[in-house]
Amino acid sequence: MDIVSEILKHNRLALAKGITAVENEYDNAVDIMTRIYAHTGHAYVIGITGPPGAGKSTLTDKIAKEFRKRGKTVGIVAIDPTSPYSGGAILGDRIRMMDLMMDSGIFIRSMATRGSLGGLSQKAGDAVKLMDAFGMDVILVETVGVGQSEVDIVKTADTTMVVVIPGMGDDIQAIKAGILEIGDLITINKADREGADKLNIEMEMMLELNNEKIAGWRPPINRTIASKDIGTVEVVDSIVAHRKFLMDTGKLADIRRERIKSEVTDMINVRVNRYIDKNVVRTQEFEDTIGKLQNREMEPYSVVDNIVSKVLK
Amino acid sequence: MANIKVLVAKPGLDGHDRGAKVVARALRDAGFEVIYTGIRLTPEQIAEAALQDDVNVVALSLLSGAHNTLFPKVVELLKEKGMNDVLVIGGGVIPEADIPGLKAAGIAEVFTPGTPTTKVVDFIKANVK
Repeated sequence: MDIVSEILKHNRLALAKGITAVENEYDNAVDIMTRIYAHTGHAYVIGITGPPGAGKSTLTDKIAKEFRKRGKTVGIVAIDPTSPYSGGAILGDRIRMMDLMMDSGIFIRSMATRGSLGGLSQKAGDAVKLMDAFGMDVILVETVGVGQSEVDIVKTADTTMVVVIPGMGDDIQAIKAGILEIGDLITINKADREGADKLNIEMEMMLELNNEKIAGWRPPINRTIASKDIGTVEVVDSIVAHRKFLMDTGKLADIRRERIKSEVTDMINVRVNRYIDKNVVRTQEFEDTIGKLQNREMEPYSVVDNIVSKVLK
Repeated sequence: MANIKVLVAKPGLDGHDRGAKVVARALRDAGFEVIYTGIRLTPEQIAEAALQDDVNVVALSLLSGAHNTLFPKVVELLKEKGMNDVLVIGGGVIPEADIPGLKAAGIAEVFTPGTPTTKVVDFIKANVK
């Protein structure tokens, strides 16, 4: 099966196999991504992040259904953490989305963060591109908002939504630097819980004090009860409004240019890191140097200068 | 890095998911990526999820007695979708007498109550394609 031409013919098995190839770094992955690139750039990408248990999966399920009602096809990339101890993972986002399985206008892929040298945002980005080329109109990337690499993934979205819930801490949490700042939209889920009003005020205050991430756009705060599908329509309206804002002001092109820049930078970094890992870190010479450093026979600054000047020559 | 991906699913109408969750946890601790899909699923939902996540293994858990119908149906649907290399295993309250029939229908192995989770892990490692 030629994966690229089959993906372009909307073959679901080919899409699944293509994502596996990039995820596992199979030999054909580079060829697939090289040939698919010209067919990407059509989908609208939405990042959904927030703390564990905020209801991101349930909300993603409801948002996907609302986009389907509006005639859009939807791809979903759902990321869950890999256990740092066993290397295994439980990917449970699909539990909330099983009734989307019978809709051929939807394709969901679960991904584990794994423990590679960076590269996760690249793999998730590649999965998005493959879904894009397959013909999905909207792609939702759902991630647990912990760790820099996952924040990076969300940064690759056109619109980023941060999901918060009442009862996660006092108002100092809201003014700490962190994922709240990357939100173009803020959604208070589980809004029937005690503390929703207070949280709403805290979010408003935070927005009041923060510099705008994008001039002219103040992130709307929506309230939802995702388990009862309450507030979904308003959330999707806000996403659509943000998209319109970005298009009308020409900012969408700027965002995408920045994204391409950061993607290529990441790709270069990953390649360089691998080169250094293979040719510097995993050598006997390096081990010997570490021994000398431990015995204080050398000091690290000149060691680093030495290595870098050799690598960059 | 190619991790083994296992879809753990409960077809049919029983909601007893303790066993499936214990197995899911054990598989995670063995270093597998486990896609847990929950209870009360149709074979169609399970096969489609297996395709989308391109899993190596589908592990079915069932305690309602409908295994002779639902397990083979999952195998059949996976084949229809072109997922020919998937290892399908089953577990639950399944009478010994039904096991040969299930194996003939493409279920690679059936694990009954009391099976140590390590046995499931070892079977997957030895038989995954």
